[in-house]
Amino acid sequence: MIENQDNKYNYEVLKKFAIAAVFWGVVGFAAGVFIATQMVFPDLNIEPYLNFGRLRPLHTSAVIFAFGGNVLLGTSYYVVQRTCGVRLWSDKLANFTFWGYQAFIVMAALGYLLGYTQGKEYAEPEWYVDIWLTIVWVAYFINYLMTIVNRKEPHLYVANWFYLAFIVTVAILHLGNGLALPTGIVSGKSYSAFSGVQSAMIQWWYGHNAVGFFLTAGFLGMMYYFVPKQANRPVYSYRLSIVHFWSLIFIYIWAGPHHLHYTALPDWAQTLGMTLSIMLWMPSWGGMINGVMTLSGAWHKLRDDPILQFLIIALAFYGMSTFEGPLMSIRAVNALSHYTDWTIGHVHSGALGWVGFISFGSLYYMIPRVFGRERMYSTKLISMHLWIATTGIVFYITAMWVSGIMQGLMWRSYDEMGFLEYSFVESVMAMKPFYAIRALGGLLYLSGALIMAYNVFRTIRGDVNVKEQQNQDNIKAQGATA
Amino acid sequence: MSWMNNHDKLEKNSLLLLLFTIIVVSIGGIVEVLPLFRKETVIEPVEGVRPYTPLELAGYNIYIREGCYNCHSQQVRPLRDEVVRYGHYSLAAESMYDFPFQWGSKRTGPDLARVGGKYSDDWHVAHLKEPRDLVPESIMPSYSFLLHNGAKLDMTADLKTLRVLGVPYTDEMIEFVKQDMVTQATGEARADITGLTNRYGEKVNARDFDSNPNLVSEMDALVAYLQVIGTMVDFKAAENIEGNE
Repeated sequence: MIENQDNKYNYEVLKKFAIAAVFWGVVGFAAGVFIATQMVFPDLNIEPYLNFGRLRPLHTSAVIFAFGGNVLLGTSYYVVQRTCGVRLWSDKLANFTFWGYQAFIVMAALGYLLGYTQGKEYAEPEWYVDIWLTIVWVAYFINYLMTIVNRKEPHLYVANWFYLAFIVTVAILHLGNGLALPTGIVSGKSYSAFSGVQSAMIQWWYGHNAVGFFLTAGFLGMMYYFVPKQANRPVYSYRLSIVHFWSLIFIYIWAGPHHLHYTALPDWAQTLGMTLSIMLWMPSWGGMINGVMTLSGAWHKLRDDPILQFLIIALAFYGMSTFEGPLMSIRAVNALSHYTDWTIGHVHSGALGWVGFISFGSLYYMIPRVFGRERMYSTKLISMHLWIATTGIVFYITAMWVSGIMQGLMWRSYDEMGFLEYSFVESVMAMKPFYAIRALGGLLYLSGALIMAYNVFRTIRGDVNVKEQQNQDNIKAQGATA
Repeated sequence: MSWMNNHDKLEKNSLLLLLFTIIVVSIGGIVEVLPLFRKETVIEPVEGVRPYTPLELAGYNIYIREGCYNCHSQQVRPLRDEVVRYGHYSLAAESMYDFPFQWGSKRTGPDLARVGGKYSDDWHVAHLKEPRDLVPESIMPSYSFLLHNGAKLDMTADLKTLRVLGVPYTDEMIEFVKQDMVTQATGEARADITGLTNRYGEKVNARDFDSNPNLVSEMDALVAYLQVIGTMVDFKAAENIEGNE
């Protein structure tokens, strides 16, 4: 295959990242389905190690950092080599980032189960894991940057701007939020360097930008490479990508305080966070438009290319959740939505729809290429994955919209005498059917990922679905005779 | 357009691009985070907020270890229904000794910012042991193992670490850390608690929380923590002062 002539590029490490991404995806989705089921059948909590409180961070870390992280690291190493026209700066560092990152995942996960946690959402790993991740991340940063510096192309392609912003900003966030003082050099316990209001602001400065830079900027880098590639069209607007990039990374950083409306955080910070969160709608949609419009003149390809369908549905979910986000950041809406399942639904429309689908599309593009195969084993199975997963997302987010808004309304409902109409536990009871629907949605999404795992396995083995191949050959032959 | 030509420079010089990126992503954080460290403008001083006792701190650590914050918030918002349901809205000073804050982000279960004193110790123990014995519709996991786990008795390193971070633990508090731990979990019926109350105030709850005199258990610690949440500030007294002014 001409894709990697004379072994010009380092594809060996990409193979590892691709397999790890699929593996951790299945693990993370399965953990999600399990804890969703615990919320319907609380007896599934097995104390102490498999209680919801310990498993929930395991789920979030597995999907964000293990699945998302391996996709990000893998695709960034792929894109940077392809767009810069050079091999990765150091094969050794690339291998170290792979194994070091997997070690980080395992250490973090074991810590949660055994009770070693800093208790900050999406930043739960204890100090020793944080330090290890810092070392791995610096290696990753150096390797990525040096590859860019060595590039053959005079211009740095836009996908790399996003990857670079993702790498460096995540480093800043990790170091800032992770500041903590261990109780001893051999102790697995530390106290955060910040308390109360300050720790809340720093946590959500981190937390929202884990969304903004880990789950958005990095994946936008993927969007800017894989959508044009799969559609075989140039990016819609070069100018829009410049405006999109700078406005997105500038504004995202401000959005954190919308997680802290009506709390003891000073009002000026809340208002500032809300205002910038609403402004964030524009760059987000700028990116979505730039991605979707890249299909201009190639819309017909959407009809029978499930990989392209994954990428475009991802952008549709991106557009939807980046509209919903600013809406929920408005203080009056937030008064209703905060602390409810609406937030969980919102996160998952972004995570399952945007992050998941752009990842699946990119992996389906990348995997046959790095393993030197003509194509994925079965296109039909890709299509099946797409529709099962889409159905799962729809179940999930509609259930959470209904339960979240209902919860919010029940909490603030009064009877004619002016007393609260519902006790808290009545709102818990009302959630039950929706928690069941959510678990079902998650199960569908997991099933899709298992189909993908099978398809990837057969592709790596070098299998080709003969029936599909014959059908396609027939269609081609008919086209030629017609 | 001219600015497009200038952007060309960034695209050709990746180190310049990196530098610009770092500047652009730093501005928001600097504006929103740094001013909060002028603490006098952020935390209104109120009477009553004190550092946790060693037993309560051990309970706070168990609260974090078990991930309670995943389903329970500790922040009553100044909204009518929340004040009616939970009590006085939360003040900044009330979490100033929480490293980190436990405000939470989700209420799968109710807010706990005012849970202290709301239920008896026995209720908490029975509820943590098997939530559905008391609240049949509850979906909370059970935590009966806390009854059998001994609490961490030596909190010296913890207090010292927090002192470095700015919590006003005195030398005396650190010296008597083990004694205070045991005394608080034994209760005034069978122990002399004057040292404990001298150090942490008259309002300290000193009881055998889990009714097991043979063990200072993790249950003792967690219930001691739950019973102190939101009770340090005397809002009735504060109301009277405001009324008189």
